[in-house]
Amino acid sequence: MRKSVAFTVFISVNLFLLVLLTLHARYRQTTAIRERLGRAELVRTLQLTDLCLFTEARYTRHPAMADRFAPFQDHPGAMEHFPSGSLVTPPHSNATRQEGS
Amino acid sequence: MSAPLNRHSNILEFAISSLLRRKSKNLSLLVLYTLIVFVIASLIFFVQALKHEAASTLKDAPDMVVQRMIAGRHDLIPARYGEQIRAIRGVSAVSPRLWGYYYDQVFGANYTLLVPDPKQVEPGNILIGPGVARNQRVQAGDMLTLKTSRNAPLLLTVQGIYPSSSELLSSDLIVLSAEDFQEMFNLPPGQATDLAVTVANPRERVTVATKIAELFPDTRPILKSEILRTYDSLFEWRGGMMVVVLAVAVLSFIIFAWDKATGLSAEERKEIGILKSIGWETSDVLLLKFWEGIVISLTAFLVGVVLAYGHVFFFSAALFEHALKGWSVIYPQFKLVPVIDAYQLTVLFFLTVLPYTAATIIPAWLAATVPPDAAMRS
Repeated sequence: MRKSVAFTVFISVNLFLLVLLTLHARYRQTTAIRERLGRAELVRTLQLTDLCLFTEARYTRHPAMADRFAPFQDHPGAMEHFPSGSLVTPPHSNATRQEGS
Repeated sequence: MSAPLNRHSNILEFAISSLLRRKSKNLSLLVLYTLIVFVIASLIFFVQALKHEAASTLKDAPDMVVQRMIAGRHDLIPARYGEQIRAIRGVSAVSPRLWGYYYDQVFGANYTLLVPDPKQVEPGNILIGPGVARNQRVQAGDMLTLKTSRNAPLLLTVQGIYPSSSELLSSDLIVLSAEDFQEMFNLPPGQATDLAVTVANPRERVTVATKIAELFPDTRPILKSEILRTYDSLFEWRGGMMVVVLAVAVLSFIIFAWDKATGLSAEERKEIGILKSIGWETSDVLLLKFWEGIVISLTAFLVGVVLAYGHVFFFSAALFEHALKGWSVIYPQFKLVPVIDAYQLTVLFFLTVLPYTAATIIPAWLAATVPPDAAMRS
């Protein structure tokens, strides 16, 4: 087989795989609806406000509920010392901000 | 086969043979290139899926949460605040929320203790998240001991464990009765952690929040849109580790492109000289270099993206786990629902494939415009 043909076949297989993965993503989104509804129900009944991603510090466990300067701990100049604090950005909460803006 | 197609096919054949002549160099380049695409695509997939998950589940979060702030810190809120907030026009319900954290000294884990409204468990019983069950090695029906604020043991029966499909929300949760919560933390009477406020008309939420802030200047209303926005900006590419990972990946890529753009090796110059002396046009040489660039960059892009999808959605982003886990003892074991953002993949394609291909062509064009004998001598 010519190398150019082999390359074309290789790229076509990869493109086909990419299409298959896109279909897989759509399929999973459809099948996950029930699970997602269950999670939404849990949020509603327990009045949850945050995802449980990082449990090491209160401001990374509940970033939406954190004080505005909580990631800086005791004073604004303090060094961040929780690893997940470098992954989570400080909350954008501001009561006077226009909703949806 | 038509003549132009035949020409491209032959030049592609020659380009692949040319790349294979410098097999070890090009293979290592391909592996590193694929790795860079893999890391960036994994991040894109992971972050997009997480944001999508947050947006779809947290849309049912309380319309507004009102916290009391004392000296800039979140403090307990008197329940009477709720009664006055309830009287504001547009507010349909106010529900005091009782929740807090518990540090387990034995296992070194942090749990979130929460009292549901309406009541879901009787005193002495709890519902726990899968992370707590794993950490404490308990099953439904087992007993769990927590230490109260008075240093007394509180024995609780595990009534049930939340399903693993809810792990992203409930992993560290312990849901208990208001009586047990009071026993645990000994809160002053008539106090709550914060207030969940329901506003029937979404357009009135900002007005209600402003009124609450005016009525109680020591409070901080957090709107649902702000909760959602927090997760939308979570893992923002401009912040923290994300920018470090992306900067490393982009810098590595710039080094590749720089290596290519700063010129060709003597061997490659000689090859171009020979090709020109045997009758190749400058356009043919450029086409050859174009195909060489495409073979490397397109292969790296496609393989990197396919591997990244598998890594994030079939293997739960295992390579990121240690970075995400940090010092957490309880870490949720979740499988994200795949989301493919065509826009971001297109941007990744244009940021990786095109610059590399251009960086391959430009020095070749410079070499191809000099006379063949000069190119061969150099």
